[in-house]
Amino acid sequence: MNVIAFGAIAIFTLVFALAAATNPRLMHAALSFAAMFVGIAAFFFLLGAEFVGLVQIFVYVGAVAVLIVFTILLTRRNADKDRGFNWGGILVAVLVFFGLVWAILRTKFVYTSLPIAKALSVKQIGQALMTHYVWPLQCVAVLLTVALIGALVLVMEDKPE
Amino acid sequence: MANSVDQIFIHAKQWLLSFLNGRLPDPLVQIVSSVLNIALLLGVFLTLFALMSVLERKVLGRMQNRYGPNRVGPFGLLQPVADGIKMLIKEDIVPARADKVVHFFAPILVAAAAILALGVIPYGRNMTPFVIDGGILFFFAVGSTTELAVFMAGWGSNNKFSMLGAMRAIAQMISYELPLIITVLPVVMVVGSLNPDKIVLAQRYYHFGFVPHWFVLTPWGATAFILFFVSGLVESNRTPFDVPEGESEIVAGHMTEYSGFKYATFFLAEYLGMFAVSGLAITLFLGGWHAPLPWLAFLPSYFWFFAKLSVLLFVFIWVRGTLPRIRVDQMMNFAWKFMLPMAFTCLVSAAVWYYDGRRLAAWLWSFAIIAVVYLTLSLFLDTRKKFRPRTYRFAE
Repeated sequence: MNVIAFGAIAIFTLVFALAAATNPRLMHAALSFAAMFVGIAAFFFLLGAEFVGLVQIFVYVGAVAVLIVFTILLTRRNADKDRGFNWGGILVAVLVFFGLVWAILRTKFVYTSLPIAKALSVKQIGQALMTHYVWPLQCVAVLLTVALIGALVLVMEDKPE
Repeated sequence: MANSVDQIFIHAKQWLLSFLNGRLPDPLVQIVSSVLNIALLLGVFLTLFALMSVLERKVLGRMQNRYGPNRVGPFGLLQPVADGIKMLIKEDIVPARADKVVHFFAPILVAAAAILALGVIPYGRNMTPFVIDGGILFFFAVGSTTELAVFMAGWGSNNKFSMLGAMRAIAQMISYELPLIITVLPVVMVVGSLNPDKIVLAQRYYHFGFVPHWFVLTPWGATAFILFFVSGLVESNRTPFDVPEGESEIVAGHMTEYSGFKYATFFLAEYLGMFAVSGLAITLFLGGWHAPLPWLAFLPSYFWFFAKLSVLLFVFIWVRGTLPRIRVDQMMNFAWKFMLPMAFTCLVSAAVWYYDGRRLAAWLWSFAIIAVVYLTLSLFLDTRKKFRPRTYRFAE
């Protein structure tokens, strides 16, 4: 059951990731990207990390995808134009890939059989965020508020005389 | 308490599953159980959609001093059947320059998001279709994908009216999502759970034996409920906030290029979204499926849920029959300058109410906080003193 679900989600995610990377129509690529985020959220659900999965959909599909789509809309005159081949992108992708592989290879694997971790409830995550991780949380909150106010200041219209 | 009429659907389902249990492999029984939930959910809400579409026209007709639909069936009750058949046999026109794939998937996604959002609401005792710990979060996570779907509709149609409508829809959805979510937070904070069932259970007591322990009866709860309801009106694109599909300005907004059943799907999604928002409002503020008075609890729990739902849906229609469409800039100002500060005030007020021990003094304190902020905001946002001859920026 789980294996079938894993396979289906993996195929779904990979297909959309490939589509996002290769589709010449920029808007289709962006929407495939959003679909891939849904696939990743499905992985989290499969692993029992329900909260992370929900946040994944909330943040990435609900906000980041809309942001990307709007960026494309507002910056391109013709969103559907073919862009040619991007060698810089290849370079970045290869670097990130080898970076990740290097990080994975350096990680010490624990082969002893650990007890299966129980899925955290939302309440436990909330308590951890509000007690142990309260300073990082506050820093992120301040940063986001600054970004929000900065964006407002940038687009603020001068009052007519 | 858990009498047989109340649990009749649960027992029926359990009976069916125990019948299948020996005969089918286990995973299949689980799938059957889920499919049963989904089928029942769809059946109930599609029927409600059909009923609602005719009742809305009837009630609006009554408010506008005319009859409304009364030709098909008794009192026009079979009108939705006629409408459905009409929509199904209409030609489905896709513009030649449209982005076919995106154009096709947009209505499906809009409807799917609305249906998923309906899944986490407790309709009665033990009657929540999908029980997950972060149910409230699920509701909003799924709801936030609607924005992308609306954008797809606008962009896929390759039409300026569609695009303008989609832009307006996204602008208002993002703006009002903030008050919508922040007004939920006080309830989540007081109950200490994101689980809709627990939120309903927390409202099960009665003060003095007859005043229900619903959150709408506290100052912060009443304010949050009103803010939530207004934001819900916006999120489901209902009049007076139906700017994205303002007929007099941009034809039908993101639905301009849709015809036949795809248009009907958008219509369906709008109504299902309305049901979902009302259902969540009932869960959070109106005591869910609990009876309003303790001696009325002999009626089944789902009866009370749907009774409350009908009242809220009537208010939706009533508002539509009463108020004119609001201007875009007024709506945005309202969201950011009034709704958002009030939503944060609810949060503070709920905290005071909770930590002051829910006594009368706490009740008065939380009321005072909301009153002070409300009066200050209305003082600062008062535009009446600035009335002067109208000036136009882009026209003479």
